[in-house]
Amino acid sequence: MSLLNTILEATDLAAAYSKMGAAIGAGLAAIGAGLGIGRIGGSAMESIARQPESLGDIRANMIVAAALVEGAVFFAIVVCLLILFL
Amino acid sequence: MINQVSEIQSIRSLKLVVKFLTISIFTLFCNSDVNATSIEKVEHTENSGHESHKEEKFQPGKMIMEHIADAHDWHLWGEGQESVTIPLPVILYTESKGLTTFISSKFEHGHASFEGFSLNEEGTVIWEDESNEEAIYDLSISKNVLQLFIGVIFLMFIVIRMARHYGKRVGKSPKGGYHLIEPLILFIRDDIAKPSIGGKTDRFMPLLLTIFFFIFTLNLFGLIPIFPGGANVTGNIAITMVLAVIVFVTVNIHGNKYYWKHIFLPDVPVWMYIIIIPIELLGVFLRPFVLMLRLFANITAGHIIILGFFSLIFIFGAMKPGLGYAVSPLSVAFTVFMSVLELLVAFLQAFVFTLLSAIYIGMATEEHH
Repeated sequence: MSLLNTILEATDLAAAYSKMGAAIGAGLAAIGAGLGIGRIGGSAMESIARQPESLGDIRANMIVAAALVEGAVFFAIVVCLLILFL
Repeated sequence: MINQVSEIQSIRSLKLVVKFLTISIFTLFCNSDVNATSIEKVEHTENSGHESHKEEKFQPGKMIMEHIADAHDWHLWGEGQESVTIPLPVILYTESKGLTTFISSKFEHGHASFEGFSLNEEGTVIWEDESNEEAIYDLSISKNVLQLFIGVIFLMFIVIRMARHYGKRVGKSPKGGYHLIEPLILFIRDDIAKPSIGGKTDRFMPLLLTIFFFIFTLNLFGLIPIFPGGANVTGNIAITMVLAVIVFVTVNIHGNKYYWKHIFLPDVPVWMYIIIIPIELLGVFLRPFVLMLRLFANITAGHIIILGFFSLIFIFGAMKPGLGYAVSPLSVAFTVFMSVLELLVAFLQAFVFTLLSAIYIGMATEEHH
């Protein structure tokens, strides 16, 4: 750890590493969004296949759940943006 | 018969929408000193590390931030010296000088200063004498405020005419274009408000309708590329904050005693109070905060992606002019695809905001089961 600190202080790379951290964070957030919304979509597809007449209800609830998961992802995105621009 | 009654109630709701719109405008006017320009930082310090063959290298970060952020003039077209902008009034309040008003062209895009004020790099008004610590309250009609006025006047025009049209034709179906808006209003009442709020929907319909149409209209205006559209209003965190504060105030004013009982005296063993009560209190503040953040981030991210696809053309063009032409059909195709997605997002974010507001209001007003 102290070697890392020395290198960062000596070469003024801290800003660059923080940006790399922000970029990796944004990528992880995208993975989270993909996993979450993929599961929601998958279970929605299965339940529509089991009961085609409930298509409208399932579609509406799927969109709501997807928007809520996206809300959590955007938390992460906003933190990464703050790192980049503050 | 039932359709008549529901139509009359919709008309009354529509008339009350106007009152809420006026309140929103006033609250936003007072909040306009909190703007999103404080979040962005000009990127040219990093870009100057690249090898630059020309004097002015294209800086995509700067261009994107200029389009996203608020400004004191409305840029129409052109670059640098020959840019065509609409200058907007600057209204400042300071303790020493009182209320100062002037047109923003006096700033000459940040190169000149006027009456002791000047523009810094991010577009905020600062004292020309940098050591001065006095606060400047910026109440100007900036780009976002003007876009807000345009969007709201457009919306009020439609809504007031619609209310009058329905009033003149009680019991009959409306003519023409109102067939587009009526299903939206009935959708909000029957599928969003009634399942969540139950008996008292008519009391909260004006608020929910206002929130939905406000967000939807301003999202759509943000997608129009040229004046009178194109300012990123709902991507301004001050505006989404005001919407979230309105929902927060409504939910907590209309919270009945079961709502407060859930928070402060929940139905759990006493030793869990120390864990549950802070979590519940945090939830009271966190839910509107997440509402604000969701709308802001969705709309801003969509705009950044569209602008990023456009700036691909210029980045490739700066390398070789032919490459710029070659990549432009691809870039335009991607941008059209993203814009269609943004249309969906415009509706969806308005829908989700309204739905969650209805759910929170429903939680606050539900009777004991």
